[in-house]
Amino acid sequence: MPEILDQARTQVLGDGVGLDQAGVLAVLNLPDEHLPAALQLAHDVRMRWCGPEVEVEGIVSLKTGGCPEDCHFCSQSGLFTSPVRSVWLDIPSLVEAAKQTAKTGATEFCIVAAVRGPDARLMKQMREGVAAIKAEVDIQVAASLGMLSQEQVDDLVDMGVHRYNHNLETCRSYFPNVVTTHSWEERWETLRMVRDSGMEVCCGGILGLGETVEQRAEFAAQLAELNPHEVPLNFLNPRPGTPLGDRPVVEGKDALRAIAAFRLAMPRTILRYAGGREITLGDLGTRDGLLGGINAVIVGNYLTTLGRPATADLDLLDELKMPVKALSATL
Amino acid sequence: MTTTELWCDRCGEPATDGAHPGCASARQLEPPRYCHRCRRRMKVQVLPVGWSAVCVEHGEIEG
Ligand code: SF4
Ligand SMILES: [Zn+2]
Ligand SMILES: [Zn+2]
Repeated sequence: MPEILDQARTQVLGDGVGLDQAGVLAVLNLPDEHLPAALQLAHDVRMRWCGPEVEVEGIVSLKTGGCPEDCHFCSQSGLFTSPVRSVWLDIPSLVEAAKQTAKTGATEFCIVAAVRGPDARLMKQMREGVAAIKAEVDIQVAASLGMLSQEQVDDLVDMGVHRYNHNLETCRSYFPNVVTTHSWEERWETLRMVRDSGMEVCCGGILGLGETVEQRAEFAAQLAELNPHEVPLNFLNPRPGTPLGDRPVVEGKDALRAIAAFRLAMPRTILRYAGGREITLGDLGTRDGLLGGINAVIVGNYLTTLGRPATADLDLLDELKMPVKALSATL
Repeated sequence: MTTTELWCDRCGEPATDGAHPGCASARQLEPPRYCHRCRRRMKVQVLPVGWSAVCVEHGEIEG
């Protein structure tokens, strides 16, 4: 057994204290032959500190495309020649999307907008949309609307949005290579306000943007410092027309190493499969990740791309004897 | 492929001069982006279940 896994067994599994940056890097650098042991340990950590339940979420794009920012992975930036056009979802369709999501057994519904930050029109649409969902659907509402002012944070709390997603996307040292229209620190500031408001913080990122393994470890350590309630883990799905459109996808084994390492850095967080897992991991890898530290999934489609059918994931959870977290358990 | 499919609905290039295997496989996890009849970029809304795409000239399709 490699020394880092022995150390993690005592420190993370035993005491619930996450690995630091050097420890995460050691896990990310484990040779293939030790990957099964790392995944098993990450799974044990998740079972001990989070339990067997899996949190299921659906997401929907309220405002798609035409974003003024230049995140190099994103097909919704208006600055690239991506074929994604700007479109708004109306409130009846938003409520219908929440209903479809609730039908899968999901307890979370996240409303997402491709914006730098919300304007008055978007906040008004949110207020009406969240109220309409709460009147008709039994589901918790989360939001992801970019960078917020303190007033907007307060408004979202007032609407009953219980969790806010704002991804740091990548580590601080690599961020300027991926985004030039705003800074990592600006994102951090929104996260700080969200945390102070009492909303749950959801913050993750994307692996495979061209960051080094060292920078992946740096990212895990920075997330651990933020200590978010949830960390969505995406793997780059290279989008036509974006600056990262020609990048290779992350190797399945590297993705699994990252899942184990992020779990060992953050034993208590909700670690969610987000976009890109279908192409990076396929069906077999999806199962390995769920047995290697992942304890939450996005089911159904994403914002501009499609996922596998919700039933495929729910059947897999059933087979793995992992119960879907009930709404009563989240309130 | 029917005779009205003149353009690839993923990349917007001519569909008449042969298949686009890369696009066809990508389309399993993506909605269409271009109208296959007129090559206009469509307004596409992805939903948790399904998607809809609107061409200003040729109307709405769903999947
Ligand atoms: S801010 Fe969000 S929607 Fe806009 S380009 Fe960046 S990732 Fe895409
Ligand atoms: Zn094509
Ligand atoms: Zn058309």
